[in-house]
Amino acid sequence: MTRITVGPFNRVEGDLEVRLDIEQGRVARAEVTAPLYRGFEQILEGRPPLDALVIAPRICGICSVSQSIAAAGALRQAMGVATAPNGVLATNIAHAAENAADHLTHFYIFFMPDFAREAYASQAWHGAAAERFTATKGSAAREALPARARLLEIMGVIAGKWPHSLAFQPGGTTRAIELGERIRLNAIAASFRGFLERVMFADKLENVVALSTPDELDRWRDGRGGDFAHFLAVADALSLADLGKGPGLLMSFGAYHDSDGARFRAGIRASNGEVEALPSDRITEDVSHAWMRETSLDPAESRTVPDADKADAYSWCKAPRLAGQPVEVGALARQAVDGQPLITALLAADGSNVRNRVIARLIETAQLALSIEGWIKALRLNEPFCLNSGDTADGNFVGLVEAARGSLGHWLAVRSGRIERYQIIAPTSWNFSPRDAGGIAGPLEQALVGTEVGAAGARAVGIQHVVRSFDPCMVCTAH
Amino acid sequence: MDGSGTMTRMLWLQGASCGGCTMSILESGASGWFDELRQSGIDLVWHPSVSEQTGDEVVDLLEAIRDGRERLDLLVLEGSVARGPGLTGRFNMLAGTNRSIYHWLLDLAPLADYVVAVGSCAAYGGIPAAGVNPTDAVGLQFEGSDVGGALGASFRSKRGLPVINVAGCAPHPGWMMESLLALTNGDLTARELDGFGRPTFIANHLAHHGCSRNEFYEFKASAETMSERGCLMEHLGCRATQAVGDCNQRSWNGGGSCTKGGYACIACTSPGFESAQNYLQTAKLAGIPVGLPTDMPKAWFVALAALSKSATPRRVRVNATADHVVVPPSRSGDKRSS
Ligand code: SF4
Ligand code: SF4
Repeated sequence: MTRITVGPFNRVEGDLEVRLDIEQGRVARAEVTAPLYRGFEQILEGRPPLDALVIAPRICGICSVSQSIAAAGALRQAMGVATAPNGVLATNIAHAAENAADHLTHFYIFFMPDFAREAYASQAWHGAAAERFTATKGSAAREALPARARLLEIMGVIAGKWPHSLAFQPGGTTRAIELGERIRLNAIAASFRGFLERVMFADKLENVVALSTPDELDRWRDGRGGDFAHFLAVADALSLADLGKGPGLLMSFGAYHDSDGARFRAGIRASNGEVEALPSDRITEDVSHAWMRETSLDPAESRTVPDADKADAYSWCKAPRLAGQPVEVGALARQAVDGQPLITALLAADGSNVRNRVIARLIETAQLALSIEGWIKALRLNEPFCLNSGDTADGNFVGLVEAARGSLGHWLAVRSGRIERYQIIAPTSWNFSPRDAGGIAGPLEQALVGTEVGAAGARAVGIQHVVRSFDPCMVCTAH
Repeated sequence: MDGSGTMTRMLWLQGASCGGCTMSILESGASGWFDELRQSGIDLVWHPSVSEQTGDEVVDLLEAIRDGRERLDLLVLEGSVARGPGLTGRFNMLAGTNRSIYHWLLDLAPLADYVVAVGSCAAYGGIPAAGVNPTDAVGLQFEGSDVGGALGASFRSKRGLPVINVAGCAPHPGWMMESLLALTNGDLTARELDGFGRPTFIANHLAHHGCSRNEFYEFKASAETMSERGCLMEHLGCRATQAVGDCNQRSWNGGGSCTKGGYACIACTSPGFESAQNYLQTAKLAGIPVGLPTDMPKAWFVALAALSKSATPRRVRVNATADHVVVPPSRSGDKRSS
C-alpha cells in the first residue's frame, strides 16, 4: 500500500488536500482535508443579530446570495416578520441567477478543462475537447465568461452588486424594481436563454427540460452540437457513470419558495428511490476528526472552538450527519428529491456518479433560466419589495436554503439582543466531511474508493473528475 | 515589464479568502478575463481557481520561483494572511506543501517586481480579522489601519514599491484590472498610492460621489426604512461620505452600486470596516450622525443641514420616504401635470 497526497487541489472554490491510500492501482481509502479555517462562527458571536447580513455572505464569494438568504431566513424567524411577495420573487431571481452562474462557472472553468489534459492525448475525442475546454485558453471560456457576466447583471438591477450584497433582508429586497428595470431583467434573461440554446444545449430549453428517460437523452445527444452533448459523448467514452459513486442518501432543503410553494421540494431520497420528508431536527455535526474542541452535536447548541493540535483530526471541516448518516447534497440530490423524471431514471440506472452529477447541474441550469423568466413576469411593480423589520427576539432560529452546491443551513441563537451562537453547515461540509466518531467516511471519501490511479499516482485524472464532480466549495466548508 | 517585450508573469494566490475577488474579476473583459489578460500581455502563470496545473505541478512551479529558476513579475494575493495559531500559519496551509500560505508569502513576496493585495482582506485583514480575529489574520502590509502586517512596514518589492492595496469587499473588477495594467505599463508609481496603499485613481473619489441619491442628500431628505428612496446617511448607516472609491461613478454588474441597490455603503474600501457594528443603522450622538464628512467642520454641517431641510422641495421630501417615485419632477406650465 502506498499513500499519496494530492494538493493543492485547484479549480475548486478554495483550498483542498486529499490523501489517498493506493492498493493495486486503486484508491483503497481517502482522507479529505479542508486546510483553511477563518472562524466566521466565532466572529459572529456577540454582534447585533442583523450584522449577520454583512458578515455571513462573506463566507463565500461564489454563493454569497445563498449565504445572505440563509442569514435573512434565520433573522426573519427571530423578528417574526413576513416578506413582501415582490421581495420573495426578486430574491428568487437573484438566487437562481447566482446558482445558474455557479453551474456555468463550474462546468466551463472548473470541470471540463480536465478533459483537455495531456493524459487523454491519445483519445480520438481529445483534439476537439482541447480546442474547446483547455483551461484559460479553450474557445468555450471566451463565450461562457461574457455570458456569465451578462447573467450577473441581474445583480446590478436587484442587488446593487455581486458578490456581497446587502439587498437581501428579512422583509424582502431593498430595491423596488421599476418598469425600465423589469425590461432590463427581461433582456438579460433572454440573452441567457440565447447563450444556453446556442452554446450549451444547441436546442430549445423547453426540449431540454422535457427529456425524461436515459434513452431519450442518448437519442437527443447523437449528432447534436453544443457543450452538453460534447460532455455526454466524452462521459460515455470514459464510462464516467461508473466513477465516483456517492453514499446513496440524497438530501435537499428545498429552494425558491413563492406563493405556490417551493420550486424544488425539500426531502431526503434513500438509495431505494423513496423520497421522504426531511427530518431537519436530526441534523448533527460531529467534530471527532476536525481540529475542533468537543461540543454539542446539535448545531442549535454547539460552538466552534479550534484546536489545531487535536490528535486524529485531519480537517477544519466538521462531519455533518443526518440521523447518523453521511449524506450527499447538490443539484443531483435536489433534482432527485424533487422527482425530476430524467434524474430519477438515471439514478435508478446507475446511482449517483460523476456523469449524473454533471447532467443534473445542466438540466437544472435550463430549469432556472425558465423559472427566472416566470418570476420576472410575476413581479407587481407598484407594490412593495420590502416590509418593515421589527426587533429580534431571543431564542434559537434556523435559515435553510439550497445553494448551488446543495443544502446550506444557518443556526442562530440570540440572547439579550446579541448573537450568542451562530453555526453554519455548508453544502461541501456535507459532501467533503471527514470521518465521524463511528469512523464512517464522508461522501467524497466514499466516492473516491475504487478510483483507478494506475501508474499516474497523484496525477491520475480520475481523481480530478470525482472530486470536481461535486463542485466543491472549500471556503464554505470550514468557514 | 522588463522592457524586452515579453509577457508579464503573474502569480495569483489565495489566502484566507472567500474567493469573491476572483469571482468579481471573472466579470472583466468583453471576451472574458482570460482573453483580456492575454491581450494585455499578462501571462497568468498560475491561479488556483482557473489554471490547469494541479498538485505537484503547482508545487514544482512555486519551488522554481522560490529558487529563482523562474521569474515573477506580479504577485497577487487575495484573502487575508492567517498567521495563527502562534505564527505557525496552520489555519491556512497551502495544500500539498506542508507549509502555510503565510510562510510561502514570506518566501515569494521579495522575489516579485510588484506585490498586489486584491480585496480588503489581503490589504488590511478584512472580515477574518473581525471580532476576536480567530486566526490572527492581517493584511500583507497593514493590520487594520496600522502599517506592518504580514510582510512588515519596511517591505518593498523588487521595483521598490510597497504593497499595492486594491481594497474593497469585493473590489470592482475594474479596480483590480486597471491596477494590474497600470503596473505592467509602469504607470503606477509610489506617488499614485494614498496613505493606505490604495491607487489614487480609485481613492481620490468618495463612494458618495455620483450616488443617485445625491439630491436627497443635499436636502437631508432621508430614507427611514429599507427600500425607501431617500439618502441613507441620516438613519440607515451610509458611510459613503467617508469611504473612498468611485463606486457610484462606474457601474457594478452592468448598472448597480450599493446605494443604488438600496442599502448603505459600509465603507468596505476602508481599513477596519469589519469592526463596525450595526451597519445599517446610523450611529448618532444627540441626534447627529457620528460619522460626518471628515473634511467639513461639524457645526457647519449641522447648520447647513438645518437650512437645507427647511428648503426641501415637496417632491424630494415625499419621495425620500417612499419606495416608488410618488411625486415626479414637473415644470411650471406643464399642462398635463395638474
Ligand atoms: S445614500 Fe450615501 S452615498 Fe448616497 S447620497 Fe446619501 S450619503 Fe451619499
Ligand atoms: S459603496 Fe461603499 S460598501 Fe459599496 S463597494 Fe463602495 S466602498 Fe464598498
